[in-house]
Amino acid sequence: MQTYKAPLNDMKFILRDFINSESNSLLKNSDIDLSDLEMILEEASKLCEEKLLPLNQSGDEEGCKYENGNVNTPKGFKEIYREFVDNGWQGLTVNKKYGGQELPYFMNMFLDEMISSSNMSFGLYPGLTSNAIDAIEKSASDEIKDLYLPKLASGEWSGTMNLTEPHCGTDLGLTKTIANPQNDGSYKLSGTKIFITCGEHDMSKNIIHLVLAKTPNCPKGIKGISLFVVPKIIPKKDGSLGERNNLECGSIEKKMGINASPTCVMHYNEATGWLVGDLHKGMKAMFIMMNGARLMVGVQGLGIAEIAYQSALNYAKERLQGRSLKGSKNLDKDADPILVHPEIRKSLLKIKTLTEGLRGLMLWTGLQVDIAKKEKDKFKKQNADDWVSLMTPILKSFATDVGCEASNLAVQIYGGHGYIKDHGIEQLVRDSRITPIYEGTNGIQALDLVGRKMPLHTGRLLKAFFHLVKEYIEKNSFNYNLKDFMPSLTKSFNRLQQVTAYIASTGLKDPDEASGPASDYLKMFALVATAYVWTRYAEIAFNKLNNDPNGFYLAKINSGKYFMTKILPETGSIMSSILSGAKTYNDFEDSHFDSAFKL
Amino acid sequence: MKILVAVKRVVDYNVQVRVKPDGTGVETENVKMSMNPPDENAVEEALRIKESGKATEIIAVSIGESKCQETIRTALAMGADRGLHIEVEGIIEPLAVAKILKKIVEKENPGLVLLGKQAIDDDCNQTGQMLSAMLAWSQGAFVSKIEFSGENIQVTREVDEGLEILDLKLPSIVTCDLRLNEPRYASLPNIMKAKKKPLDSLSLKDLNVDITPRIQQIKVEEPPKRQKGIMVSSVEELLQKLKNEAKVI
Ligand SMILES: Cc1cc2nc3c(=O)[nH]c(=O)nc-3n(C[C@H](O)[C@H](O)[C@H](O)COP(=O)(O)OP(=O)(O)OC[C@H]3O[C@@H](n4cnc5c(N)ncnc54)[C@H](O)[C@@H]3O)c2cc1C
Repeated sequence: MQTYKAPLNDMKFILRDFINSESNSLLKNSDIDLSDLEMILEEASKLCEEKLLPLNQSGDEEGCKYENGNVNTPKGFKEIYREFVDNGWQGLTVNKKYGGQELPYFMNMFLDEMISSSNMSFGLYPGLTSNAIDAIEKSASDEIKDLYLPKLASGEWSGTMNLTEPHCGTDLGLTKTIANPQNDGSYKLSGTKIFITCGEHDMSKNIIHLVLAKTPNCPKGIKGISLFVVPKIIPKKDGSLGERNNLECGSIEKKMGINASPTCVMHYNEATGWLVGDLHKGMKAMFIMMNGARLMVGVQGLGIAEIAYQSALNYAKERLQGRSLKGSKNLDKDADPILVHPEIRKSLLKIKTLTEGLRGLMLWTGLQVDIAKKEKDKFKKQNADDWVSLMTPILKSFATDVGCEASNLAVQIYGGHGYIKDHGIEQLVRDSRITPIYEGTNGIQALDLVGRKMPLHTGRLLKAFFHLVKEYIEKNSFNYNLKDFMPSLTKSFNRLQQVTAYIASTGLKDPDEASGPASDYLKMFALVATAYVWTRYAEIAFNKLNNDPNGFYLAKINSGKYFMTKILPETGSIMSSILSGAKTYNDFEDSHFDSAFKL
Repeated sequence: MKILVAVKRVVDYNVQVRVKPDGTGVETENVKMSMNPPDENAVEEALRIKESGKATEIIAVSIGESKCQETIRTALAMGADRGLHIEVEGIIEPLAVAKILKKIVEKENPGLVLLGKQAIDDDCNQTGQMLSAMLAWSQGAFVSKIEFSGENIQVTREVDEGLEILDLKLPSIVTCDLRLNEPRYASLPNIMKAKKKPLDSLSLKDLNVDITPRIQQIKVEEPPKRQKGIMVSSVEELLQKLKNEAKVI
């Protein structure tokens, strides 16, 4: 059975103990304090556990239905969407000017994690609206902001992002959708977009599409792209609904997972739109938005990993099979719970330690987003911004891989009962599988890390991470409490530095040598960053052991030990793989790929 | 009309309650605490009455340790207008609670007092009834429906024979059943507004009530563990066991 209680203990630990000193100074001059943040988490958790979770399996089963250009969402979704937006959740971080609550960005990460755990498909509706809000808020004219943002922040209207076309996914330079300028300053857009999440549905009164398109005679490739806001129904100046725009949903995809969210083919046929940001600067506007969106996809991975963990743990305690080899633990029953078996314990601890470690890294990064926005000190602002730029591809990629791995492990723990549909565990595998693909595939994230973020400003971004960890190691290498942590952190950190230097130097001579191991490098980076988080967790936890009635802090320390000894050593094998170069695959003869079956 | 709603802080209904090792009570330290569930129904009903224009102000009152202010804040986040906290340490019996509430009622003059039908920690089911007796006000207990008609309210309550409908003259005391309504979730804007709403704290001294316990609690212990069941092979064997071993027939 899909089992989920929001991990409030862990979330509060992150708030109170892990990011507290920085978040306190961030909130110092606001009217928000820790107790508000905790109350928000509590209330959000109720909505997720009691309303969203019960619709997760039924929504998957029923799916969305397409009929004559309209899309009907599964039973109950409309009502819960109403409740969600009526309770103001869409406006969590939105500027007060537009009706939001202007809470810190990192709070959105907690909220989105809970939503993704309890109903990832549902989360896409408000999630895409958040992306649209972000893009408009950061790049559009005041006129567009004033017209669209209040309605989007209240959830009365929803939003979408239209990038992908049939022949153009990763390579957006191939975009064909055309935008013809009109005399009144608007544009007429024509073209077909595919895979548009929530492109059409019955939950909101209007749908606001943000569309990438090219203008006639624009510069070639990516440099010619502009971003447009194209409403399904054209709003009048006062925000009331006017005429229906010339666009429609042609069909929705049958797909592997997230079945309660429609993936739409959108036809634009001289649809009216308005420019967002500068002409031909669409990619810039898109990227400002995309960084946040990528982190949020990472959060989806985290959310799926959490529900996979809780569901699997619950089952492992209940399912009776076999006996513990050390002697029976359950004499009055015919068998022991499978939790006694080492393989099951290892799988559970793998998910637990990856998830909790990533949660800290994610929230720390979310906090840096806030600091980069609010901080006055130029140096600190830049440092926070550098951290976010560096960590975004790492978190998007690694957290979504962890989500997929966790849901697969959960199926394994359920055995055959995970593979059949009843328990809803195979759904987690299907739902999570999109996360390494959309919002820039994980392969592309790795290239972003190695090809863009690493060399940027001659390595300045890397310093945001390397300096922090180096200083931490220097300060704590003789901390007796951390004797089970510091040596392995130091070792893996040295490996990462060595591999970084290797990639930077060989990449200069041969770019394929840098891009080849990009995803391996990204994983290694993520593991070391997570190890740093676990070491800090342990440091905090040791100081709290004298008041630990529920064993939370002791569990943290022991989980950390598992991570450092069982997960982190993978950095060793990744290092040897990377250092052995990229020739074995880059120079592999193309014709040899089909050697096993070529006639 | 003002509505006074009494809200109690109790161990959350999801928590598996543990008896303290020394048998003096149940563990409440480091345990998740929440608003008593039927009290949520009381708050919800008060909000609905106010939204229908029949009440002007909702006051949430809680009696107990300082952390009760969190429970009051939950009520404020749901939409109550202001809070009143009466700080008392230790166990407070229903009679004491009723006496304190009586003083509050005399101060605030509400037209309606809403309470939960009972608290899930001690399950006493007494406070509302005692309060009504002390004030000599009408009462409706275990109420699953409230309707206004003129100066009166009609309440539907569950009794052994089925449903009973009473016509109560206001002011009145109503204790709420879980069936009364579905409590709302606090909205984000209301959560943010909650702490700006007034929350006054009073001490027992301010109220001058005697809360000396009338009951002495001797010991708290876990109910005996259920014995493992046995399979019987026939009805005869069952009868024989019920007669000779269990000695119940
Ligand atoms: C359910 C779902 C929802 C979606 N929602 C949206 C949405 O709301 N809006 C939207 O615009 N799009 C959306 N997409 C599209 C999604 O973002 C794209 O599928 C994704 O960007 C990949 O593009 P593609 O499918 O064309 O794959 P391709 O670009 O063809 O890539 C195929 C493979 O090649 C790799 N590859 C491609 N180029 C390179 C390169 N230069 N270097 C190295 N490797 C490369 C990729 O990593 C991938 O593994 C959605 C897709 C799905 C399935």
